Amino acid sequence: MSPSKSPAVTGSALVKRGLADMLRGGVIMDVVNPEQAKIAEDAGAVAVMALERVPADIRRDGGVARMSDPLMIQEIQAAVTIPVMAKARIGHFAEAQILQALDVDYIDESEVLTPADEEYHIDKWAFTVPFVCGATNLGEALRRIGEGACLIRSKGEAGTGNVVEAVRHLRTINAQMRRLHSADKNELFTLAKDLQAPLPLVQEVAQSGKLPVPLFCAGGISTPADASLVLQLGAEAVFVGSGIFKSEDPTRMACAIVEATTHYLDASVVAKVSTGLGSAMKGWETSSLEQRLAERGW
Amino acid sequence: MKRVGVLALQGDVGEHVMMLESLDSVVVKVRTIEQLESIDALVLPGGESTTIAHLLVTAGLKDALGEKLRDGFPVFGTCAGLILLSAEILDGRADQWCYGALSVTLRRNGYGRQIASFESPIEVTGVGSVSGVFIRAPRIVAWDNDVEVLATLDPGDGRGEHPVFVRQKNVWGASFHPELAGDPRLHRLFVDSL
Repeated sequence: MSPSKSPAVTGSALVKRGLADMLRGGVIMDVVNPEQAKIAEDAGAVAVMALERVPADIRRDGGVARMSDPLMIQEIQAAVTIPVMAKARIGHFAEAQILQALDVDYIDESEVLTPADEEYHIDKWAFTVPFVCGATNLGEALRRIGEGACLIRSKGEAGTGNVVEAVRHLRTINAQMRRLHSADKNELFTLAKDLQAPLPLVQEVAQSGKLPVPLFCAGGISTPADASLVLQLGAEAVFVGSGIFKSEDPTRMACAIVEATTHYLDASVVAKVSTGLGSAMKGWETSSLEQRLAERGW
Repeated sequence: MKRVGVLALQGDVGEHVMMLESLDSVVVKVRTIEQLESIDALVLPGGESTTIAHLLVTAGLKDALGEKLRDGFPVFGTCAGLILLSAEILDGRADQWCYGALSVTLRRNGYGRQIASFESPIEVTGVGSVSGVFIRAPRIVAWDNDVEVLATLDPGDGRGEHPVFVRQKNVWGASFHPELAGDPRLHRLFVDSL
């Protein structure tokens, strides 16, 4: 046996998408301090998203929402052993450079923060750290993948506790993928134009019937039943933002959503973990919203 | 034909299922005791080790699997799966438990955080060169004499050369992800050993 000594290659697509593959079947939880990060890890979260305010508070407080203070991110990195993600504003590649320098495990170029560029998203190929981006439809998902995103999350409507937009976006993405998968190959040129998506990626989806990167779900998931619903609709993992730490009993809610995510096909388990859980976050009816975060990004 | 389970609580379950199905084994996704009792061997996938450990407890599988491992049940763990099978974990959570089925000590994220995750060819004894994908991988830093080292790697990070693919009787472990590279040769070694 000879030792393998070839130079290691970092930041390849396989390595960047690989971490998303490892998060499958898991729950990624928004946390605003190390104590919440510990609660999330104890409850079985696969990763935490470090941010200064959960989306429900961003929505309530208004103002410009920016990247978190590096000190807060570092404190959370020190507190847990699971991957730590953090958000950069759409198009704000300098914030992303800072997050990469801080050694975060994933960057979320997120519509939950106030966009920094209304025309261009970040060139994500330029980074070693992988990116997750939101999408409301297949064209948006493929544009982000074309820019180098390694993980797509359906956007939903963050901070509302209302799963309706998450369901709409997941169903839209899946319906558009089924359309491509059943299309004649001569139709793909026009379908790519209609989706405003790169042709090679449209052809890849048409062939495989799925995204080239994992598809997770975010925005409005606030109960174990919500998690089961979106997983049955084809999401491979869930992001839970305000839904845990705005609920009556965050520890129990976190554990319950983790278990429901694993056993989403077994309604008796989802029923068991939903029983006597206390109230979920209060939530918003989306038609009453002044600001729709999902409309940010293009 | 052998029935091979893949522990399906969290992680890259689908990739392992694909590898095993290409080898003509009957593949069972394992989430319950009944499923665990129905198989001849088990693969522990990549994922988050703290999450899978937590879910083994809540699903009531932890002790049942531990008992099987004491009886010499054949298992193959990759990355997080290797962590669960190991005897000692450095830099893990203070309360992190492991089965001790494989006499190795390992350091969690021993090759660095995600930004240091890497690909490198690996020379495996009796197999040849395979593609090694290391994602926040654990590093095997100590191992007993009866652990057979089937591949080692020096990634050039100044911390030296360590085993990356090992076997101790019926227990196999890789610190990388053969399932992500679409190459079933290491899974074939495991299945052929049954």
